[in-house]
Amino acid sequence: MVKMLQFDLVSPEKSLVSTQANEVNIPGSEGDFTAMSEHAPLITTLKPGFITIVTDEGSEQYFVTGGFAEVSAEGASILAEHAFSKEDMTRSLADELISEANERRDQNATDSSTKYSSDLETALSIIS
Amino acid sequence: MPSLKDLKNRIESVKSTRKITKAMQMVAAAKLRRAQEAAEAGRPYSERFESVMAGLAASMGSNADGPKLLVGSGSTNCHLLIVMTSERGLCGGFNSNIAKLAKIRAGELVSEGNTVKILTVGKKGRDSLNREFGKYFVGHVDLTSMKKANYAEAEKIAADVINRFDASEFDVATIYYSEFVNVISQTPTAKQIIPANFVGSSEETVYDYEPSEEEILKELLPRAVASQIFAALLENGASEQGARMSAMDNATRNAGDMIDKLIIKYNRSRQAVITNELIEIISGAEAL
Repeated sequence: MVKMLQFDLVSPEKSLVSTQANEVNIPGSEGDFTAMSEHAPLITTLKPGFITIVTDEGSEQYFVTGGFAEVSAEGASILAEHAFSKEDMTRSLADELISEANERRDQNATDSSTKYSSDLETALSIIS
Repeated sequence: MPSLKDLKNRIESVKSTRKITKAMQMVAAAKLRRAQEAAEAGRPYSERFESVMAGLAASMGSNADGPKLLVGSGSTNCHLLIVMTSERGLCGGFNSNIAKLAKIRAGELVSEGNTVKILTVGKKGRDSLNREFGKYFVGHVDLTSMKKANYAEAEKIAADVINRFDASEFDVATIYYSEFVNVISQTPTAKQIIPANFVGSSEETVYDYEPSEEEILKELLPRAVASQIFAALLENGASEQGARMSAMDNATRNAGDMIDKLIIKYNRSRQAVITNELIEIISGAEAL
């Protein structure tokens, strides 16, 4: 019996996911990583990308634009300002997010805003 | 002595007032449920956020070179009071309680020789602070278009506040809002958000931070401001509806009492009129 970890995905407005998972793939700002039970305690910021939650029933994907993850031995929780289920992601929503990010970059071109919009574009390129 | 017709009109008008307050109470009850749900749904995020921030802030210690949002700008002379109230009245003491708390604090600060700036969120607080402290207003956020507390709005307010802070417009920011305890009780609360003041259980676990703690703090502090403002908006939303519900419940009950009294008065004067007429008829008949 594989030990499970408690995974929570919360946005400011509601709690999106709270489940027992086998593993969770998280797009950390320093690189993607997979959290499993007994992971070393870690707090990391996120870059735009997909979170993959693998449970016994299968896997689920969510898109986050940023936020941070708190991983401990018992579980992982992700606090994201904007999170969408992959099924809800459409090309038009993706385009909207990208153009919003580009606009912000054009107004105020800092390293972080440039990185954000390019990360966003890369992450969303798989949406058709 | 009002005539019978006057009394009848009074009764009708109080009855329609009661209908309105009753309807408002029911609307508030429905909205309260939604606002309460929203407040509860938002709680995990803000609680988690605060505990992480508390851990981070603790591990940063009293490092004076830390981010300004955490350690402050070095002085405490200029205070920004963010007074969060509702757009609508008829909700009992809700708005005036928040405004009162802010007024007391503003008065203290002024008498201590500090500079006070006030940012109002919601029309009602602005109205009640205007007379005494109108000259300190630096901005206003209109919530009319906001049906339900949403995070985008909180982010906008936070961005505005942080911009002002970066421009050294103030040193300390405090939000004034009403905490929702239960339907009949809401506590006006003041909470300092800049410099950040996180109270959380001291975390036992030692976390790895990725990237560095400073980087994370730099990224998370502005979000913490937004998160706290959002939490306050949610609490305010629930408090407002709760306060309105109990205020309207009282009004409905008062209207009921008033109607009962008026009806008794109406019946008495109707009886008096009848007795009078009888006396007139009888004495008229006797005279024949």
